[in-house]
Amino acid sequence: MIAGLLGLQGAFLDHIRHLESSGAAWRIVKAASDLKLIDRLIIPGGESSVMKKFLDEFDMVGPLSRQIAAGMPTWGVCAGAVILSEGVDGAPGVLRAIPMAVRRNAYGRHAASGTHGLRIPLFKRRRFPATFIRAPRILVLDPSAAVHCRWHGDPVFVQYRRVMVTTFHPELGEDNVFHQYFLKI
Amino acid sequence: MERELVNKGFAEMFKNGVIMDVTTPEQARIAEDAGAAAVMALERVPSDIRKHRQVARMSDPDMIEAIMRAVSIPVMAKVRIGHFMEAKILESLNVDFVDESEVLTPADELRHIDKVGFQVPFVCGARNLGEGLRRIHEGASMLRTKGEAGTGNVVEAVRHMRTITAEIEELAELDDDAMTQKAGALRIPPSLLAETRQLHRFPVVNFAAGGIATPADAALMMALGVDGVFVGSGIFKSENPPRMASAIVQAVIHYDQPHRLVEISRKLGAAMTGLEMDSLETHMAERGV
Repeated sequence: MIAGLLGLQGAFLDHIRHLESSGAAWRIVKAASDLKLIDRLIIPGGESSVMKKFLDEFDMVGPLSRQIAAGMPTWGVCAGAVILSEGVDGAPGVLRAIPMAVRRNAYGRHAASGTHGLRIPLFKRRRFPATFIRAPRILVLDPSAAVHCRWHGDPVFVQYRRVMVTTFHPELGEDNVFHQYFLKI
Repeated sequence: MERELVNKGFAEMFKNGVIMDVTTPEQARIAEDAGAAAVMALERVPSDIRKHRQVARMSDPDMIEAIMRAVSIPVMAKVRIGHFMEAKILESLNVDFVDESEVLTPADELRHIDKVGFQVPFVCGARNLGEGLRRIHEGASMLRTKGEAGTGNVVEAVRHMRTITAEIEELAELDDDAMTQKAGALRIPPSLLAETRQLHRFPVVNFAAGGIATPADAALMMALGVDGVFVGSGIFKSENPPRMASAIVQAVIHYDQPHRLVEISRKLGAAMTGLEMDSLETHMAERGV
């Protein structure tokens, strides 16, 4: 099994140590032709405007959407969550793979970024140190999606079929529990 | 400590991206549309600062704020080396990142800003291992090569990155005593030097900056091991800024694929005019060691 890392911009290399410690092979994805070589995909943190631009220009939106719709497990982290969302800032999203609407940077500029202890029963974690960086906020979420974790009432870790989304950055911490889970969905 | 991790984590998000100098909201929107991962708001790009030969200071807060309103990507702004008050002002303005930059006229010839006490993250320039590690020890969350800003000449950025790589490689051969001595000579804690040796790189994100003017320059710096690229004068002093900006972003993505770089490098118009190092009156890279 090979986990793809969307490598258009952002913190994709940061996932490698967690994938390797979870025993998974990985590959960086920069073109539509790379999509045939992977079994699942992480869309990393970074700038969603950059990823959106080049997913479009490199003709990756169609093939990637079809692959996700056909059941490829996909995880969007922060900007990746924005890319996967059905609605973004009141307009249609890019991949529209998860029935939710987000607002980018909804908690504020970087001054509002921070690390918060999250209770995540799914992983038996009482205080998972979750780093939010200029995070998107999930404003609307279809009831068919599962909310695995909330912070101050907002869903921050959700899953719809085999698509999962975190609005924070597990790849920046030492605990690989998210990667282990993602490799099994 | 917690803020330090959040700030260093934020720098990770810029990786494999391009941060562009902009002087107006219009330029900021051009940069964002071209795929910039962030913009650096300043009143004059480095090549103009070079020509004017006046004291260069932090930009007008109104101008920075207008750029913050114009784009959704992060906005950085520059302060003079050692000018902690300019940094306090930018922190209060809520800019996303502060660049303590040799491109502006230094305010303190002996000290950099003590960055540990700030909430806002800092990026600083470095020509070698010692400068980089001293800046990290002072609290920088991100580094960049100094290069020689405003010249459109990549030679100094290459020199700085090559120097840093060679100096990190040399650490592998040092025994414990030699490591302690080296840390003393560099004026940094031994633990920071040991961490660098173990990681085979700076323990924070390190970008190229200073003289990058073409997609090939950006790809060259990526191949030399930087995490991403700052482009200052290289975009808005070129003939076709939107096209040059987008091409440099694509060159960072595909830096290891020469056949794509051929296509990326076509039909860009003229790059900015470059300057030979021995024609310069001011070597900005020598400021702030």
